[in-house]
Amino acid sequence: MKDNDNNSGIVQQQLLDFYKSNEAAICADDTPKVRVLRNNALQRFQDFGFPNAKMENWRNSKIINALHGNFRMPALDEKHSEAKPFSCELCDMDTEIIMLVNGVFSGETSLKKYDNGMVIGSTRTAMKARPDLFDRYFGTTMPAETNGFYDVNTALWHDGYFVYVPKNVAAERPVQVIKLIDNESNPFVQTRNLIILEDNASLQLIDCDDSFNQQSSLINAFTEIVIGDNASLDKYKLQNINDNTSLLNSNSIRQFGNSRFRSNTISFNGGMIRNNIHVALDAEGAEAQVYGLYLMDKHQHIDNYLKVNHKVPNCTSFEKFKGILDDEASAVFNGHVYVAPGAQKTNAQQNNSNIILTPKAKIDAKPFLEIYADDVKCAHGTSTGQLDQEAMFYMQQRGISKANARMLLMYAFAAEISNHIAIPAMQERIDDMIKRRLRGELSSCDNCVLRCSHPKEYHFEIDENKL
Amino acid sequence: MDTAPQNNIINEVTNKEYEYGFVTDIETDFVPKGLNEDIVRLISRKKEEPEWLLDFRLKAFRHWLTLKQPNWGHLHLPQIDYQDIIYYAAPKKRSEKQSLDEVDPELLATFDKLGISLDEQKRLSGVAVDAVMDSTSVKTTFQDTLSKHGIIFMSFSEAVKNHPDLVRKHLGTVVPYTDNFFAALNSAVFSDGSFCYIPKGVRCPLELSTYFRINAANTGQFERTLIVAEEGAYVSYMEGCTAPQRDENQLHAAIVEIIAETDAEVKYSTVQNWYPGDKNGKGGVYNLVTKRGLCRGDRSKISWTQVETGSAITWKYPGCILKGDHSVGEFYSVAVTNNYQEADTGTKMIHLGKNTRSTIISKGISSGHSQNSYRGLVRVAPNAINARNYSQCDSLLLGDQCGAHTWPYVQCGNESSILEHEATTSKISEDQLFYCQQRGIPTEKAIGLIVNGYAKDVLNKLPMEFAVEAQKLLSITLEGSVG
Amino acid sequence: MLLNIKNLHVSIGGKEILKGLNLGVNEGEIHAIMGPNGTGKSTLAAAITGREGYEITEGEIWYKGKNIVGMSPDDRANEGIFLSFQYPVEIPGVSIQNFMRTAINAKREYNGQAPIPTVDFLKMMKEKQAMVEITEKLQNRFVNVGFSGGEKKKNEIFQMAMLEPSLAILDETDSGLDIDALRIVANGVNHLHRPDNAFVVITHYQRLLDYIVPDFVHVMYDGRIVKSGGKNLALELEEKGYEWIKESNL
Repeated sequence: MKDNDNNSGIVQQQLLDFYKSNEAAICADDTPKVRVLRNNALQRFQDFGFPNAKMENWRNSKIINALHGNFRMPALDEKHSEAKPFSCELCDMDTEIIMLVNGVFSGETSLKKYDNGMVIGSTRTAMKARPDLFDRYFGTTMPAETNGFYDVNTALWHDGYFVYVPKNVAAERPVQVIKLIDNESNPFVQTRNLIILEDNASLQLIDCDDSFNQQSSLINAFTEIVIGDNASLDKYKLQNINDNTSLLNSNSIRQFGNSRFRSNTISFNGGMIRNNIHVALDAEGAEAQVYGLYLMDKHQHIDNYLKVNHKVPNCTSFEKFKGILDDEASAVFNGHVYVAPGAQKTNAQQNNSNIILTPKAKIDAKPFLEIYADDVKCAHGTSTGQLDQEAMFYMQQRGISKANARMLLMYAFAAEISNHIAIPAMQERIDDMIKRRLRGELSSCDNCVLRCSHPKEYHFEIDENKL
Repeated sequence: MDTAPQNNIINEVTNKEYEYGFVTDIETDFVPKGLNEDIVRLISRKKEEPEWLLDFRLKAFRHWLTLKQPNWGHLHLPQIDYQDIIYYAAPKKRSEKQSLDEVDPELLATFDKLGISLDEQKRLSGVAVDAVMDSTSVKTTFQDTLSKHGIIFMSFSEAVKNHPDLVRKHLGTVVPYTDNFFAALNSAVFSDGSFCYIPKGVRCPLELSTYFRINAANTGQFERTLIVAEEGAYVSYMEGCTAPQRDENQLHAAIVEIIAETDAEVKYSTVQNWYPGDKNGKGGVYNLVTKRGLCRGDRSKISWTQVETGSAITWKYPGCILKGDHSVGEFYSVAVTNNYQEADTGTKMIHLGKNTRSTIISKGISSGHSQNSYRGLVRVAPNAINARNYSQCDSLLLGDQCGAHTWPYVQCGNESSILEHEATTSKISEDQLFYCQQRGIPTEKAIGLIVNGYAKDVLNKLPMEFAVEAQKLLSITLEGSVG
Repeated sequence: MLLNIKNLHVSIGGKEILKGLNLGVNEGEIHAIMGPNGTGKSTLAAAITGREGYEITEGEIWYKGKNIVGMSPDDRANEGIFLSFQYPVEIPGVSIQNFMRTAINAKREYNGQAPIPTVDFLKMMKEKQAMVEITEKLQNRFVNVGFSGGEKKKNEIFQMAMLEPSLAILDETDSGLDIDALRIVANGVNHLHRPDNAFVVITHYQRLLDYIVPDFVHVMYDGRIVKSGGKNLALELEEKGYEWIKESNL
């Protein structure tokens, strides 16, 4: 513990030094508001540094171990050749694509404007091009409980992706963000994203984290999301990165009246992943559905932290996270539903279930309910166990091999989450990926699979109707 | 909907007097206020303790100095001034207490008033009582009956004198003084408590019971209970407590240690009714307690049942370390908070042995401006294969000014175990209330009825002697406090 | 007159449901209230029993010579008004025995009587259970928890027998009952019917009235009683349907 603390101190100093020597470049395009937020965050980061494993929200999270002190701060003007072959698992879908390499927008037009008023592109360019719009939303979702990762991101961010859907506009095609890490050595990347849906707007967004190679890196991404009255956002997060990458993926969502937020975070691979999701239900009638699936093996570690804040009456939240842990993988689920005084008629449901496949895999679940209003419907549950032995036997008795029976059950378990994906083509792909992942065929460290656009035939077909 | 009549009921109920708030006027022997090594030595000297026990106390005290008062509970526990507390107060005795005739009649009257008769003739059923007032045990009943079975049931101080080896062997083995801040404090200054030893193969024929009473002002109560059940033994143990009504807060930091050897079973029941403070949150007992049982032997079983209605602040997590293979731990709890009471209570189930099982049923009921938290840890060690846990933690909210919280920690370290946790939060439905009213049952009574029904699963686990008392207590604490 | 409702207007959440209802019930009578869904039959039951949220904006409910508007539901119950609920609520953990004892003692307390001796109470439980053909086991079950539809309704009639009301309102007691349960429920009611008490039977169908023969039949429509008559009115309704009433009221 002590060592880590010391190391995180070294990293803290490294980051502060980096800021000092690059301040001009980092802040070059800042609006006055962004500048103030940077300074405040920097001050907090200087004072408090990174969180440590003794803090309740970070207990048993291994992401802190990723702060080992040998990071390279990527040069701000780093350019990447796009010639490198990369085949995305979801590449031939009908989507608007934004590509980020090492957290920096990559492509020719850094801000794309559509006839309907929608804007997508680079966060930094958006700040320059639309300062008024940018300032109206940037920094408005930050959760009260900040931490070193958020602070350092707010202080040092350089780029990321920006999506703006104006009032009454329904985005025609899903926006797909492909984030690649391509580096020779150990970068520490601060990505800052901003998604704005004005009143009555709607959008589907796919956000994938992938890696090119086996180099280690630490990504600290922070996404702010504002969802206006009656607006609707479906956000799908796909994580399939190499085992040497540590990923801190934070989302802060602010929802207005009768808005809907549906999020599905699917983690296939990653050395250490920490997902933070803060949902603030700020006006009546808002609904949040937060789903997650993690399929971890080897020494992989995943930590999902969710905080849903019911600030006002008549809001609804559903959280369901499921995981399968193989080998020596470990997972933390940290859910926290907060119902403020007066937030009557709240309906909040929280659930986390896990299947552990080996004697060495581990799960640590903390589903918290904190409730200050009486006329509410709140429930949570967590379960940890193994595959249903009776179901296994039942299937075997019907002639299904043990291996296939096992696969069927695991798939059924996972499909409960992927079923919530509302883009049919994507759901199909994800289901396919789940099957391959469960068979051990989908692996970020296996270049062959990742770059192969023709997935192998598999031996079993799953007919969901039979489950 | 109109809630005015119900608010009136709340007022009525919150004005209800704490039944046990009286003070006994009795000559008391105090040590000086404050805490230092000299005080620890003085307490030990007063109790004529052997050297090893003084050593234990001093080690604990020195360790305590290095610790900070914990603040992680969902509580507003103020920084207590530990130098402003009297650590030892005992009713002055005329002689060694032996027969009932020699016990101060004023003390007997006190316990009679609390409904705890110390006269064996007067007791209806088989319950042996150890009555503890402030720092010392007043009287232990039915000792003769028990000794016939080889059962030792006496005050802790007597046990130190009469059975030093037994006490020394087990003291601090389940809750070491290093366990936490309050455990260290207790280990340094504990005054009395009960000791109970059930020899191999003996089923204790009586319910054993300790009744704790804080009487003196500015005094902390630091009792210590140690229960040892040898191979195949069985005992059911009950603990009750009350305190006078005072404006200042009083500190209660107790330790209970239970050891169950192979095939032994211990049932520990508590009805905690320390003074909860007044309706504005003034005064009341800080109940900061460490209770733990060790299922040391295979197939041993420890079961905790608690009804928590008193105290301004409750901080306790009676737990089980399931070390023996096939051992079983149970925790059944009803915690009621009203006015400005705060409770952060639950359990720890540590699965170490193979095929161990634990069950947790917790019912929290909050009303007034109170805060009520369930906090529980279920940990399954990698070697604890085939462990099973089932937890159900429900909260009932009466009124919109209170809080109900659930903080479960579930840690599973192997693939063969199954752990389940469920929790719901609800209020008494208008439909249920109206249904009762339509049958002529007034609102207050209806709430008592519904709450008792809600807590039924837990109340059923209490020994008969306690169950009736507990049901009454629940209704009194909550009558009509719905919003 | 036992019950006399004069020009009763009742609103729920600002929406007027009963719009000037009049009804008189004498001791010894059985009244049936029929009418299509959503005409305010259950609202009438709720208003008589004093359910919260049912705002009486106008009119009076006279019962045993007192205007009971504003009286608490439990006081009304203890004055002898009993409602057999359409959907009896579940109360987990509360045994029927405990529930009934609490209710009976509340009534005795209301009337200045001492609590019922345990022996008498148990005897009474046994007798009344037999009347509605309830098996012995029911008493230790929790109020309505896990009961079938028929069991719930039988349990309501059982409670009615225990509490011996002066005015019993049966709200759709026949809904969801098979023919055997219906017979048992009706037998119970007929058994309890005396010259000094009265029944108001709310029902959608004529079926129940084959077993419980009413002295008067009232048809409700749009918050009012639009037609009253003898038991033959029910048969006429059965034959012609409610459309007939609706049309004649347009």
